[in-house]
Amino acid sequence: MPPLTRWYIKLSLVYFVAALAASVWQAAGGPLWLTPIYIHLLVVGWITGMIFGVAYWMFPKFSKEQPRGADGLAVATFALLQAGLLLRIVAEPLQAGGLLVLSAVSQWLAGVGFIANTWPRVKER
Amino acid sequence: MPRVSVWFVRAALVYLGAGFTVGTLLLANKGIGFAPALWRWLPVHLELLLVGWFVQLVMGVAYWIFPRFGMSPAARGREGLAWLALGLLNAGVWVVCAGALAGPPALATLGRVAELAAAGAMALNIWSRTRASGISPM
Repeated sequence: MPPLTRWYIKLSLVYFVAALAASVWQAAGGPLWLTPIYIHLLVVGWITGMIFGVAYWMFPKFSKEQPRGADGLAVATFALLQAGLLLRIVAEPLQAGGLLVLSAVSQWLAGVGFIANTWPRVKER
Repeated sequence: MPRVSVWFVRAALVYLGAGFTVGTLLLANKGIGFAPALWRWLPVHLELLLVGWFVQLVMGVAYWIFPRFGMSPAARGREGLAWLALGLLNAGVWVVCAGALAGPPALATLGRVAELAAAGAMALNIWSRTRASGISPM
């Protein structure tokens, strides 16, 4: 398992626990701003992070020289996804509009990076 | 990766891009409020990512990696069912999105029925492959 995948999976497990902790707080009468954080910890942090990490590891190889595509792009994708999610966690309770925009753009760039690096690896053998 | 899985996964990547784009606009709009009417797109954001991305990716990867029946051309069961599931799922996503944005409630129901049929077709294909490996006796 490549190091980047290990980072993805370990962080996704942290987000999984954090999401369910947030759900407990929410069920116990937590604040309104918690709902989008809970949902996105689960679907972006846990599920999407897990998918990005496992796909990077297990999808068909791009080439002998670059089996997992452009490694720099993959690392940037990882960093942008984590930064985008963490920014959202900070920005939601503060209602910091500028940070929400930054979070949105960061996550979008992560999505584009993942698609660009994964698309050529999705091929028939 | 078999051809039908390539289609499933590439379609899932397209929905990932579309769903993230809609989500980016929604979140940016939440931050700086430039287009309040964008909130109508929230159900589209959910549909694109939950069904178009997550569900479709799982279906394509499952068809690819589940145990096969040896190495024959029919190793992955009835391939036609997988193609049918692909068509129905994608038609369902489009119809549900159209219904959420503009159509009558019946349109969303129709889209859900197509997605239900896709799930049934995929289950029929995967059910018999949910077993020990077709290559080894284990």
